[in-house]
Amino acid sequence: MTNKITIEPVTRVEGHGKVTIHLDDNKQVTDAKLHIVEFRGFERFIQGRPFWEVPVTIQRLCGICPVSHHLAAAKAMDLIVGVDKLTPTAEKMRRLMHYGQMYQSHALHFFHLCSPDLLFGFDADVAIRNVVGVAAKYPELAVQGVMMRKYGQEVIKATAGKKIHGTGAIPGGINKNLSIAERDEFLKDIDQQMEWAKGALKIAKDYTVENIELAKEFANFESSHLSLIREDGAMDLYHGNLRAIDKDGNKIFDQVDYQGYHKYIAEEVRDWSYMKFPFIKSIGNENGWYRVGPLSRVNTADFIDTPLAEEARKEFMAVTAGKPNHLSLAYHWARMIELLHSAEKIKDLLNDADLQGEDLVVKGDRREEGVGLIEAPRGTLFHHYKVNEDDQVTMCNLIVSTTSNNEPMNRAVASVAKKYLSGVEITEGLLNHVEVAIRAYDPCLSCATHALGRMPLEVSVMDGSGNVLDRKSTK
Amino acid sequence: MSDKIKFTIDDVEIEAEAGQTIMQAADAAGVYIPRLCAKNSLTPHGSCRVCTVKVNGRSQASCTQPVAPGAKVESETEEIKAYRKSLVEMLFVEGNHYCMFCEKSGNCELQAVAYRLGIDAPKHEYLFPARDVDASHPEIFIDRNRCILCGRCVRASKELDKKNVFQFIGRGIHKQVAVNADAKLSDTDLAGVDVAASSCPVGAILRKRVGFAIPVGQRLYDAQPIGSDIEANRTDK
Repeated sequence: MTNKITIEPVTRVEGHGKVTIHLDDNKQVTDAKLHIVEFRGFERFIQGRPFWEVPVTIQRLCGICPVSHHLAAAKAMDLIVGVDKLTPTAEKMRRLMHYGQMYQSHALHFFHLCSPDLLFGFDADVAIRNVVGVAAKYPELAVQGVMMRKYGQEVIKATAGKKIHGTGAIPGGINKNLSIAERDEFLKDIDQQMEWAKGALKIAKDYTVENIELAKEFANFESSHLSLIREDGAMDLYHGNLRAIDKDGNKIFDQVDYQGYHKYIAEEVRDWSYMKFPFIKSIGNENGWYRVGPLSRVNTADFIDTPLAEEARKEFMAVTAGKPNHLSLAYHWARMIELLHSAEKIKDLLNDADLQGEDLVVKGDRREEGVGLIEAPRGTLFHHYKVNEDDQVTMCNLIVSTTSNNEPMNRAVASVAKKYLSGVEITEGLLNHVEVAIRAYDPCLSCATHALGRMPLEVSVMDGSGNVLDRKSTK
Repeated sequence: MSDKIKFTIDDVEIEAEAGQTIMQAADAAGVYIPRLCAKNSLTPHGSCRVCTVKVNGRSQASCTQPVAPGAKVESETEEIKAYRKSLVEMLFVEGNHYCMFCEKSGNCELQAVAYRLGIDAPKHEYLFPARDVDASHPEIFIDRNRCILCGRCVRASKELDKKNVFQFIGRGIHKQVAVNADAKLSDTDLAGVDVAASSCPVGAILRKRVGFAIPVGQRLYDAQPIGSDIEANRTDK
């Protein structure tokens, strides 16, 4: 007989999921899985809609990082309208929108979702291990988190028209530039934002360095990593070619034009989750899984083109002597490097007069197919569309960042469950270890699923016959 | 001797030309009466009933009702505002109106009238009708999900374009705008420049590939509510 524990909902993640943990008669964990219980269906119901509507419609699959979907779809639609290169104003406005998104999303995750675990400990009293507890004990951090998120959101509003679900990016360009007044408003606060970003990076770095032994034991496993990369090897969150590296840092493929992504990446469907499992074709579905997101991007990049983030990257890579870092907990540090990078990029862009340009849209000859990729806060995001001669979408495929991290998160969950839950009395604090592993990936379960929303995460412990022994939910 | 006719709307004295409708006289005097199917250049249709007023105590569509000397017209009373609100609330659930990703958002008269009437959330249960789109025309896109059967396209095509591209078919809940062809809009003689192509108050007949070209903040009703242009001409201030 075996037992099953269910954690449902998983909390402090974006979207709804649950974890099931299977135990044998000796209370040893035999298996653990993260289940995504939402179903979305955007790929189907976008069919028949006019292509110019897609960047605005498709972003509705998420309220967390809609900008990423908005921009990935817009990039695909640029190709549909026959445009390979945008005007400088359009490209830079979109980049500013994207860095604003990256900045607010990373700040939200770090301060609101994961900081209670890092500041109070994984098994601290649940009554204080939350954002209210952070606000009570570290009020200045809580305020910074809110103000940083606000700054990013205001950048999004100035570029997309709205903080959530804007309309700025249109096929072939952008529908507005940045006014001098808008620019000056952002310039006033950018230096303060940079200081806060540096502070957040320091917290994440110090935590990882001070707890390196824990990090090495906690959801640490080798994997391949994938991201977009600029032609010169620099980290580029908005545009680039695909690079995949193996666990040792050797390139599996490099500078791959993502229009042909399907030659390199395939997706597998499994019966217990609404989320698909992507894999690198040349390695196969068994071992071809890979990680995406901040950790992967820092691992794949040859350098970062902003000085403060580059300095931070070097420190980060020194921990593993230049080899890929595989620690799940190192995601937080990598994420804060990107937070600072985004602030630096925002500052550079604000000082670029192209943002006040008037040339917003390029036109070209209609094409039938377009793929748009972007590095969303949670990792590489794929949008692929086909459009008929009447301008209607006939095919849509999305590989969402969290989908790529599906297998890694399941490995992280299994690894932590086996290590911390085997043969012991299960407590809420121990179950939170499982959630901490998931949170490291900052999963966005809503848009990752091609899947019916209940909400947050739940853990169940099951016996070998599938009987639920224990169920912990942090509702 | 003057041909002017005097009457009142909500106790404001209005002077009108003989033969004018109440709506025309109200517009000229800067008094806005909400409407959806009415459009200045087209023959009044009286179908949406959003412009309903009470004339000497009887409900009438102000777009079709001629002015009469000494008439006492009520428009902005709580009772009439509630009627109008109900009508618009029902329009929202009868079709598939998703303002959040409709490219007409901000420029849509249905949405603007709804905001003006204080509707900020759907009141009734959605009917979710299964309606089709017609993307066959090279320049114009029809999305019947958003059609409110105002008949502006039908009248514009017939009266101004002299073409008769659009016509109503069906009855009651099954009524819809059809095109004057065996199958698709591309089989008609509609041209992109036709008035009918730009007469739709909602996002049901759209010019292709325009989409979200106008940023949020610069759309027609972003800065001021619908009817402000009429109210700017208010004569009794």
